[in-house]
Amino acid sequence: MASKFTVSNRTGWLMAGPAILLIAGFVILPFFLAIAFSFTNQRLISPNPTEFVGLANYRQLLGVTMVTLEPVRDDTGAIVMQDGEPEYPSLRALTRNNPDRPDLAGMREWFSFSLGGEDRTYVLARDVVFMKAVVNTFIFVLIVAPVQAALALGLALLINQRLRGINVFRAIYFMPVVVSIVVVSLLWRLIYDGQSGLLNNLLGAISFGMIEPVNWLGNPSTALGAIIAMSIWQAVGFHMVIWLSGLQTISPTLYEAAAIEGASKWQVFRYITWPGLRNTAILILIVITMQAFGLFAQIDVMTNGGPLDSTQTIVFQAIERGYGKQDISGGSAISVILFLIVLSISLIQRWLTREKT
Amino acid sequence: MAMIAADNRGLRLVTRYAVLVLIAIIFVFPLVFMLMSSLKPDQQLLQDSGNLRAFLPVGDISLQNYTDAFQRAPVATFVFNSVLVTGITVALSLLLCSAAGFAFVFVRWKGRDTLLALLLATLILPFETIAIPLLMMVAHLPWVGFDGVSWGWLNSYRVQIIPFIADGLTVFLFVQYFKDLPGELIEAARVEGASWWQIYRRIVMPLSGPIFATAAILKFLVMYNQYLWPLMVTQEEGYRPVMVGLQYFFQLNVAWGEVMAYLSMITVPVLAFYLYLQKAFIASIASTGVKG
Repeated sequence: MASKFTVSNRTGWLMAGPAILLIAGFVILPFFLAIAFSFTNQRLISPNPTEFVGLANYRQLLGVTMVTLEPVRDDTGAIVMQDGEPEYPSLRALTRNNPDRPDLAGMREWFSFSLGGEDRTYVLARDVVFMKAVVNTFIFVLIVAPVQAALALGLALLINQRLRGINVFRAIYFMPVVVSIVVVSLLWRLIYDGQSGLLNNLLGAISFGMIEPVNWLGNPSTALGAIIAMSIWQAVGFHMVIWLSGLQTISPTLYEAAAIEGASKWQVFRYITWPGLRNTAILILIVITMQAFGLFAQIDVMTNGGPLDSTQTIVFQAIERGYGKQDISGGSAISVILFLIVLSISLIQRWLTREKT
Repeated sequence: MAMIAADNRGLRLVTRYAVLVLIAIIFVFPLVFMLMSSLKPDQQLLQDSGNLRAFLPVGDISLQNYTDAFQRAPVATFVFNSVLVTGITVALSLLLCSAAGFAFVFVRWKGRDTLLALLLATLILPFETIAIPLLMMVAHLPWVGFDGVSWGWLNSYRVQIIPFIADGLTVFLFVQYFKDLPGELIEAARVEGASWWQIYRRIVMPLSGPIFATAAILKFLVMYNQYLWPLMVTQEEGYRPVMVGLQYFFQLNVAWGEVMAYLSMITVPVLAFYLYLQKAFIASIASTGVKG
């Protein structure tokens, strides 16, 4: 029904052009540059010309291999024990100047495991820190996505009640969302402080001193958990609001019918609320997942990736290389890997939300 | 019987409010702690964080930390930079993205559908994945100023503004909103001989208050809270915004009282703005959820 009055190539381009050009130049072009740089040795400033290096950056980042070692035996054939554990040959002998296995050169131990027998299997990675960053990011996403979505739903159901002054509570729960994550991270650094932190004092008080103070951010086993808890605290209000708008699309007549039928609270949730929220649920999981993969500011402000790389993340590694070490190609390769992860997740979303016919 | 039922209802109501209040405390306590601490000298601040006094304005209360913060860092410069960069970006973003949304919905032109699809595709590109190549790019871009051509955009306002003016989400929000406006109205105005500019200015803009508010709030939050990008592209303090300015408080000896004063200064205005326009803020976040 295109009438001649609304057809105008000149107007279309004139009005949409500026925004399109800016997006093309500052979003789409950098994306293709990331792919291009990731196959070179590009640095931010370098006297040498840039060279094409193929997949070298990816090989450097993703190189993983396994070697299985037999324990060291003495002349009699008995296993040499050290501190009650069998001793294994040094990995260094394998990975340094080893003409038999040139493929292992430069690799370091990531972790090792034993499948019951005497032999021990070592997993070696070319870039152990990046591997840890990938694992940490996935742990972060896999915990934050379901927990934050569930808590946000709980809050939304709470806020959806008809109570006097409920809007005040909604406003309060949403408040951390408008505060910068940098500010939030700094505040929580004090709350998590090992000596005089609020959290330790609170735990000490409610347990009458039974719980020893913990250096939450300085301990490899608690640092990532502490950051996860804080991130959920900051962002849960955001998703509460999205759940709320989903809740409000459910027709009140369904609830009235359920009330007449005498349905229990759980039945109402199970058979009316939850089915009505299906699309919201998928959307929320995707939004949280995308946001969670971008984990950076909290790390930069609170731990710098430490202690012992226990809070390294993919984006933190990309920035540390691309900006900190001015290694544009390495940072770009990490960015491309991150993009591929995010892309696969949104393809899974497409598949989950596809129209069932 | 009736008495017991009434009591039960009263009790249930009290429990409900108790739960709501308890959760509210979890969400506000760090912010109250920040405000109260900003008024206390360092030694008292650390002592108080061991008990409930951390949340009360008690003891040696003064604005000394605020005065000291101004001495430690060029706070006024940081605030000015943030306000300038955020203000210009929001204004230009509203103008260009609404114009693009208008063209995508009301005007028929060659390439429209392809470009809209391309724009939507950019929604799955997180900023973190393009930050590094963008850094490389802006470090080498030319700029024509009053004193001729210069190379490299680092340490400038433009490097903080121009890449963020247009984005897929903002255009998309306008497109979604404009689609629900009565298209016949625009058609009729065209038949009457109104120019495109008149239609945009006289018909579409007056009907689109809510979406302009939504887009402005979202952009404001993103821009004011920028951290990663200005951290990389502004080495000179003259161009640094408030979030990056925080670093000045962590050199050598950390004076937590001053940190808290600075955090309060950069956070309270936003919180006040939020509480004032609470409904619009929440509606704007909810509208990002409508996509998908």
